[in-house]
Amino acid sequence: MQITTEAVVEEPRTAALNEAVELVEVRRVFRGGPSPVEALAGVTLRVRVGEVVAVVGPSGCGKSTLLELACGLQAPDGGSARALPAAFMPQRDLLLPWLNALDNAALALRAQGLARPRARARAAAHFEAFGLRGFEAARPWELSGGMRQRVAFLRTLLAGTPVLALDEPFGALDALTREELQGWLAAMLAREPRTVLLVTHDVEEAIVLADRVIVLSPRPGRVVAELDVPLARPRTRTDAAVVALRARTLEALA
Amino acid sequence: MTAAALVLALLGGWELYARLGGVDSFILPAPSEIASALADDRALLWSNFTVTAGEVLLGIAVALAAGLALALALHLSGALRRAVYPLLVASQTIPIVVIAPLLVVWLGYDIGPKLVIVALVCFFPIVVNALDGLARVDPDLLKLMRTFGASRWRTLWSVELPATLPSLFSGAKIAATVAVIGAVLAEQAGSSEGLGHLLLQAIPQLETARAYAAVVLLAALAIGLFLALTALERVTVPWARRPVGRGA
Repeated sequence: MQITTEAVVEEPRTAALNEAVELVEVRRVFRGGPSPVEALAGVTLRVRVGEVVAVVGPSGCGKSTLLELACGLQAPDGGSARALPAAFMPQRDLLLPWLNALDNAALALRAQGLARPRARARAAAHFEAFGLRGFEAARPWELSGGMRQRVAFLRTLLAGTPVLALDEPFGALDALTREELQGWLAAMLAREPRTVLLVTHDVEEAIVLADRVIVLSPRPGRVVAELDVPLARPRTRTDAAVVALRARTLEALA
Repeated sequence: MTAAALVLALLGGWELYARLGGVDSFILPAPSEIASALADDRALLWSNFTVTAGEVLLGIAVALAAGLALALALHLSGALRRAVYPLLVASQTIPIVVIAPLLVVWLGYDIGPKLVIVALVCFFPIVVNALDGLARVDPDLLKLMRTFGASRWRTLWSVELPATLPSLFSGAKIAATVAVIGAVLAEQAGSSEGLGHLLLQAIPQLETARAYAAVVLLAALAIGLFLALTALERVTVPWARRPVGRGA
């Protein structure tokens, strides 16, 4: 009897401590067009601290809206959205063309009011690990697509937020670079664990990177499946278990 | 290259017409006569040129400072934008030719009314372009800065203002060409010096070649300003022709 009472009291508290992102029955309707468009129809999504969760779904299912709700960039029309501070990384690298790679990487630190020399020094310390050494002074257009995305990722990481919200971070890259960066991101997260909410339309990417995959339906988006990915890392696209999970996810999507 | 050839052909045709067409030189001087007026009257032309150039440069500077300040204010406040923007457009329907003499009556004969008139004609293209530039900043960039915890001012300073520089240059280039017209109008409305004043005096004196020489200098001033701004733009905003966020 006592044990049950304790559990009931205890559960919400630990939930609050352990959950980095908590979206409960969120609805989002876009008005302003000829007719209102329901983007999300009651989506519940919880991401524990340190967990990597991928959201997959067809185009236009409200994946990006979900991410912006988690980042506090939009407010839900129904339900509740709570999250620890989350830095947003969009599909386009959005590097500022008037800054070099180093200053671009330091942008989040500058945004938080850190003085330029200190911000640059902190960013420069990571250039080696990010494979960007020697390109500190390069302008964005002088970098390859993969390098630009790594600069953008370093910028997001340096924001220092507990949650990283990645919106199709490799969507604009060619297949080879994308695979290379997926491996690199997995290694990065192994070294410096963060809570990650990853939105993607690439099912393999989701399975290679995430602890859990959430499948959304076409618009209006709702959760149609949730798959755990209890596989050891590093994973590759050709692992039998990855291929099997991919088949299950695609089935849920269909 | 082709533009230079066309100019030469036009000048040649003009020269032939003026010499062989039996036109009096005080009605239409030949280009060669204008060239010699440029050489003979260089001291007179130069002293008046510096006056006009000074008014133009100062007027553009005033318009840039005031225009950017107003564009920022309108960008930051929707209420202010809705209130002021229609007035701004309406102000452009007032013909400068008409208000120039009135400003001289009000502000006197010295540089004051010239600056006001030059700034008035330059102000509009600068404000409109700057405002467009501020409004066209990639909304994803603003979201990015918000998730990084940037303040409004930080975002304005680090992202919106640099992103607006190319638009500001577009506005300044348009302003540079109309500024010269504004300065001449202002001088003709009431002045004792400057190329506009010189033009006004040369015509009744039948010094038509000198008047044309003044026109040549005015055109050179506008072209020079435009080229200087283009060169400055290349140096300060080398990314202007590259889309933000996509790099190459």
